[in-house]
Amino acid sequence: MFQHTRLNSDQNFFQKVKNLDYILLLSILILSTLSLFVMYSTDGGELLYHTKSHFIKLLVFFALMLLISFFNIKFWHLSSYFLYGIIILLLIWVSIYGIKVSGSQRWMNLYFLALQPSELMKIGIILCLAKYYHRVSVEKVNSFNSIFFALTIILIPIILVVSQPDLGTSILIASSGLIILWLGGVKIKYFFFSFITFLISLPFIISNLQPYQKLRILTFLDPDRDPLGAGYQIIQSKIAIGSGGFSGKGFLQGTQSYLDFLPEKHTDFIFTLFSEEFGFIGSIGLLLLYLIIIIRIIRIGVISRSSFAKLFCFGFAFSIFIYITVNLSMVLGLLPIVGSPLPIMSYGGSSMLATMIGFGIVLSAKVHSKQAIA
Amino acid sequence: MIKDNFGIRKSDIINRRMFIIGAAKLIIFGGIIARLFSLQINDNKKYLTLSDKNRIREWKLPPTRGNIVDYFGNIIAGNLKIYQLHVIPEQVENFNYLISRLKVILQLSNTRVERIKKKKTQLKPWESLIISENLSWDEFSKINNYLYELAGVKPVMTISRDYPFNDIYTHVLGYVSQPNEDDILANEIIQEKFVPGIKVGKLGLEKTLENDLIGINDIQRYEVNAYGKRINQLEYQKGKQGSKIRITLDTEVQKLSAELMKGMAGSISVMDIYTGEIIAMYSSPSYNPNSFLFGISEDEWQLIRNNPLKPLINKTLSGLYSPGSTLKPIVALSALENGIMDTNFKVQCKGKMELHGQTFHCWKEKGHGWMSLNNAMKQSCDTYFYEIARKLGVDKLKVTADKFGLGKKVLGEYFENEKAGQFPDTRWKINEIGKGWVLGETLITGIGQGYTQTTPIQLCLMTAQIANGGYKIKPKILTDDNQLTSEQVKKAMKDNNLYNSHIPLFNDQKNIKIIQEAMFSSTNELRGTSYKSRIDDPKYQFAGKTGTAQVKRISKRERELDLKIFQIPYEERDHALYIAFGPYKNPRYALSIIVEHGGSGSSAAAPMATKLFKLIVDRHQYRKKLPDYKEFNI
Repeated sequence: MFQHTRLNSDQNFFQKVKNLDYILLLSILILSTLSLFVMYSTDGGELLYHTKSHFIKLLVFFALMLLISFFNIKFWHLSSYFLYGIIILLLIWVSIYGIKVSGSQRWMNLYFLALQPSELMKIGIILCLAKYYHRVSVEKVNSFNSIFFALTIILIPIILVVSQPDLGTSILIASSGLIILWLGGVKIKYFFFSFITFLISLPFIISNLQPYQKLRILTFLDPDRDPLGAGYQIIQSKIAIGSGGFSGKGFLQGTQSYLDFLPEKHTDFIFTLFSEEFGFIGSIGLLLLYLIIIIRIIRIGVISRSSFAKLFCFGFAFSIFIYITVNLSMVLGLLPIVGSPLPIMSYGGSSMLATMIGFGIVLSAKVHSKQAIA
Repeated sequence: MIKDNFGIRKSDIINRRMFIIGAAKLIIFGGIIARLFSLQINDNKKYLTLSDKNRIREWKLPPTRGNIVDYFGNIIAGNLKIYQLHVIPEQVENFNYLISRLKVILQLSNTRVERIKKKKTQLKPWESLIISENLSWDEFSKINNYLYELAGVKPVMTISRDYPFNDIYTHVLGYVSQPNEDDILANEIIQEKFVPGIKVGKLGLEKTLENDLIGINDIQRYEVNAYGKRINQLEYQKGKQGSKIRITLDTEVQKLSAELMKGMAGSISVMDIYTGEIIAMYSSPSYNPNSFLFGISEDEWQLIRNNPLKPLINKTLSGLYSPGSTLKPIVALSALENGIMDTNFKVQCKGKMELHGQTFHCWKEKGHGWMSLNNAMKQSCDTYFYEIARKLGVDKLKVTADKFGLGKKVLGEYFENEKAGQFPDTRWKINEIGKGWVLGETLITGIGQGYTQTTPIQLCLMTAQIANGGYKIKPKILTDDNQLTSEQVKKAMKDNNLYNSHIPLFNDQKNIKIIQEAMFSSTNELRGTSYKSRIDDPKYQFAGKTGTAQVKRISKRERELDLKIFQIPYEERDHALYIAFGPYKNPRYALSIIVEHGGSGSSAAAPMATKLFKLIVDRHQYRKKLPDYKEFNI
């Protein structure tokens, strides 16, 4: 009767270790190692700050991921709303006391890490909605109250993040949230009508965008409009990727990044550098690695017994996919520059922390895949 | 159980919807791969080019100018290694301290320091700031001693134009200096090759032959970063020195001309009467072209500009003078050619001639008595020439003068500042002055005064064409072996050996002979105006004609006073002229000498010819040995 309140699993430590998904773990390890080499290249082939810092973060967060995976998936189910609430509080705190960098207030200084709560919210929203749709019955999914509640859960962090302002992250949070609504069974016609409404209201939204956001959209539509100004990043990124060719310029040989033509090469444009140095073959390899990770996460979702675990795994897999897609489309000039990091590869503690937490919960779901949650 | 049912139904929904999304994911991944393929495989070449354009930047270095050599191959405009001092601001820790150190070491003036500081603000921190364009060896070695404490200072060895003969060739060669905006706009080749520190021709042949002399830049290809800073050198592409230009002048003759003209204003021109090759062309005073290479100092410039002898004017080509009596051979020739008189025709000179109530004076107050052509030329009797000019008329005289090149540019293709001068006739006066021609003007035109304006080079050409038996020649300053690109110069070179086509300037060659003999008498017979300057040795013997051109009308009072030259103010003294050719037996060279305000032609100009002919004839032996020498016999 009170089984669901018992957080200790009946598995012992070794059984848990045995139950981890080693293909997923290995993929994450390969990706982490790869990211270290690329970071080393962005530092100009020297062991400098970014590489060292990235290495330490990987070490700490990888350990954190393993730690999380040993907690029963029931624990994460139980604490979902709580974690969501904590992150909302952090977002509010940031909007008041946060550090302002180049016009937007997104960070809180934790001394060892400049934490960006909006990144954590990418996981928080999945946890929260997965719990909600785990609990709500199929019949009530499409009721007004249910949809209203779910949308409210999405809208609160969105408003906070948009006001930072950080359009890119808020879009990612929104899409992570909406995918749970989709998975949870919200009628297709609702999605369809919302999409139509969105299209109709698009001109209104655009007219309310910040000037720099409008500029990004215009620049995306025609990067050559202002090649030394707003279009510079897209153009230089395309030149770097295109000049990489089939097999790339070679490790540490990327002239575009080495000679500082690439903007933000540590963070959002890390794939550009990777693709310049390792070419088409390397890029396909990286995509395959991500694909393996996504498929393993989905597989864990499929074998999970509880809806919560399923929803989380599928939602998280989709989020990872969205992060990759948005980042790659951006650096390939298929989408406007919205500022979204490439999971694990990009330099940046908050994004890596959020991703590793996500992996940890997924691994927890794997370890405790037989666990039913009432 | 019910709960479990719900659970199963729910997970069905979740799984089904998951796979819909899965399919969408694959499609989107496919799209991204397609995009990667299009960028990296299809358009790889395009982006590689763009990437190279990004990272590779070219730096042009100043090209090395071609040498200019004299007829014998001596370099008269060459290139010299010089030492410069550059500072790379980004490598300097404390710029103000460095400048103060350099100020002490190189003894820079305060204004120089200010200028350097101003220049620094206009440069990027990795661009060389030129502290000194031309360091002396002493300064260079001194700097090298202090180098260890002067971080960012770079002593540089580079190449600069050098004129080893200083001022003797200035009016022929011109000089080079930094191009100004007009120079760059006017010449596309300068535009293309422009780099800071390049020097371009400002005058003379340096300017005319710019496109041949300028050369091709050395190019350094550097890999640069996004901020334009050089990272490493990829390639050094060697340029090419500009073409070598050989000119017809003989430095020895040019040197002697400069020496003879020392302290005087005027011009000496020497020409080969068959080939038209200019042997010497010196305008006095001259100035040192080396002073302009690194910007002339204000003091030196003012000194040149304000010199009353006007060194900036190329008097050989742009100085306009009344030919005075040096025109008389042409007047006599014209009279002979038109059958106005013959060698037996005589005129009585009483020292003056009355015409329509106006008195025309001969230079000899007492008169020459009965004069024949030969005597009149010898003693330069004005009355005789008044008379034949009167009978000839100015229009016929002009025809002959035109044929012999008066009133036309001689080297206009090479020297843009050359003047054409003028030879008047009746129509000219109506068109230009708007008044009818007066007979009195014919008379003074007959003795080379009045409206006639000639340049020294025209008089030299005129003399050469009399000396070669009356055939047309085209004076030239470049030898035939020059390979040039400039169209205007090529066109000029086409007429190079005009003498070979034997275009006669006479009706009867006998008349030319008569004039030559008269000029011989004038120099080599007693009472000849240049008798004192004669050389009896037939090897050097020459024939000439003096001229004394008035610069102002002589008043009655002045005529009565008969002032000595030193009693007259400099500006009012007559110009002294002399034209000659030699050696008389087998002439080869003609010359014209003009000494501004030098007094009479026989005392100031003719003695120079003596020294010149001695050297010119001696130098002929060396000219003869060169492969492009041609023998001519009349």
